[in-house]
Amino acid sequence: MNKPRYWTLRSRSARFHMQLEKRSVRTLAILTMIVIVVSIIGIGIGETWIHPWEVIRAIFGQSSGAYDFVLYRLRLPRAVVGLLAGAALGMSGAILQGMIRNPLASPDIIGITGGASVAAVLFLSYGSSVFHLSIDWLPVAAIMGALIVSALIYLLSWQNGVTPMRLVLIGIGISAGMSAMTTFMLVISSTFTASKVYIWLTGSVYGATWSGVYSILPVCVIAIPLLLYFARSLNSQELGDDVALGLGVRVQKHRLLLLILSVILAGSAVAVVGAVGFVGLIAPHIARKWVGRTFGSISLASGLIGALLVFVADVIARTAFYPIDIPAGIFTAAIGAPFFIYLLYQNRNRF
Amino acid sequence: MLGRTFASWGEVVNAFLHYNPESTADVLIHTERLPRAIIGLVVGASLAIAGALMQALTRNPLASPSTFGINAGAIFFVVVASLMFSISDMTQLMWFAFAGALVAAIIVYGLGSIGRDGLTPIKIVLAGSAILALFTSFTQAMLVLNETGMQNVLFWLAGAIGGRTLEMLQPVLPLLTIAGVTALGMGRAINLFVTGEDIAKGMGQRVVLLKIVMGLTIVILAGGSVAIVGAVGFVGLFIPHMARALVGTDYRWIIPFSGALGGLLLMTADLIARLVIIPAEVPLGVITAFIGVPFFLYIARKGVTWK
Repeated sequence: MNKPRYWTLRSRSARFHMQLEKRSVRTLAILTMIVIVVSIIGIGIGETWIHPWEVIRAIFGQSSGAYDFVLYRLRLPRAVVGLLAGAALGMSGAILQGMIRNPLASPDIIGITGGASVAAVLFLSYGSSVFHLSIDWLPVAAIMGALIVSALIYLLSWQNGVTPMRLVLIGIGISAGMSAMTTFMLVISSTFTASKVYIWLTGSVYGATWSGVYSILPVCVIAIPLLLYFARSLNSQELGDDVALGLGVRVQKHRLLLLILSVILAGSAVAVVGAVGFVGLIAPHIARKWVGRTFGSISLASGLIGALLVFVADVIARTAFYPIDIPAGIFTAAIGAPFFIYLLYQNRNRF
Repeated sequence: MLGRTFASWGEVVNAFLHYNPESTADVLIHTERLPRAIIGLVVGASLAIAGALMQALTRNPLASPSTFGINAGAIFFVVVASLMFSISDMTQLMWFAFAGALVAAIIVYGLGSIGRDGLTPIKIVLAGSAILALFTSFTQAMLVLNETGMQNVLFWLAGAIGGRTLEMLQPVLPLLTIAGVTALGMGRAINLFVTGEDIAKGMGQRVVLLKIVMGLTIVILAGGSVAIVGAVGFVGLFIPHMARALVGTDYRWIIPFSGALGGLLLMTADLIARLVIIPAEVPLGVITAFIGVPFFLYIARKGVTWK
């Protein structure tokens, strides 16, 4: 007899039910370990090298005191923001790809992050001076921007239903428009200096603080259980709308909710780190290679990989050309764009 | 004529006929507004013709130097040249721009043609946007590493005619003219080409040669424009469509009309760019993007099938 490849979790009323692929659980555990180890080492790397042991002690509040400022004020918030934003982008991309059933979909390519950046820049230029809002509202503004833009993309792509290809094309157009809007606002607004501009155009973890952590952490915490809940629905959606409907999935409603979830994840990531590109594109693909085909594990793995990508990109960004802090988004794009081309090559007979 | 200092028709005519170095209006017109208008005309025409040729070559209504990353390639090379090798001579920068445009064009065309079905509209759009993202991020990396003068380059990146002099146009103009005339001369051949490669071959056309000539013309037109004004997007995208709406499907007419309309459009866009937030200036690329993006969306909605 074959050993079962799945563990099944089921609540008594069968309201909650999920299957865990054993292989995926193992991979997820390994990935989590990798993320932890890499972040501890990564936090230590920098102008002053801090021994990993020292970092671990600092995380548990037992630091020797020598590096308190560097660790608590600079490196730790930066690391946490990078990890969380990466996770949010990774999960957002996994949802989009699962839902649109298109390997090229990702929040930045279809313009969702673009919308969030426009809203964020708009908020920074006028939010505090005209409407007297505190900076804490920035994530809300970014998420609103992302929602509005994705609604726009969805509406514009609607023509007796939404075909994935039209969605991508419309998205490319919208994101071009959004980057023009961002440039326009950056040029006319006096709030920004040229170096600040790049944070919003390419995305950078530079200057991350604990308040950034507090604004993105709740989103991630809420998103994960929701994702697992909808995983079943997405698993069946991958088989096609008709099959999913036949299995009793309310496809349209779930699709809308998932889209909103994905947009909120992407929007909150943009609010803290700007438009870091391509993470939402690459992470789900790597995840799919490593864990099976069930959506729950793909999205979690994608979140972990996204976290790893942004964190590593940021470590490279702040150390490679020290003392200049390069936006992490440049590194993710430098890896991501060739990867996109590779995907295009792989799918060359599909389009 | 319009602007912070208003000059009347009479003054403009006067400035040409009896130039008076003492009069503010005359000086302004000669050193600032006239060069801008001329550069706008030349660049707009070049970009629009390049767009028309690209749309014919790739049989894709969404083709244009900016959407396919050709401008981005040229920009990256120019930025590298000016920051790494500190080249500021226009003639040399121009060659860098050509090289960048050529590299990007070859990559995009190559990527778009891989696979069983050869060149498909969707593939080439996706390849173009990937190349665009790649070159853009490289450019930004270069800029962040060399913070000095970034403010200037930033404005240039978004495209601007302000501060360009006729001297900058000089080294590029002859090449642009040659490319433009070549494009005009190719009208007949392109008409045959767009009916289908097989038909064109059957009629005895040397398709490969035509493609190479078209490609080089596009590269020169797009690269030259970038060398002068930076990234002005979308002109090459929608002008050819306007021309097609006006004169039908005959490329002998589409190409000259695209040129004329493109020049007109860029001049107008520059005027808007100057006037919206006096005394500051909106980057020209932003204005053209505002006009171009809705158009892009419209075509993408209508479907990317060649008619």
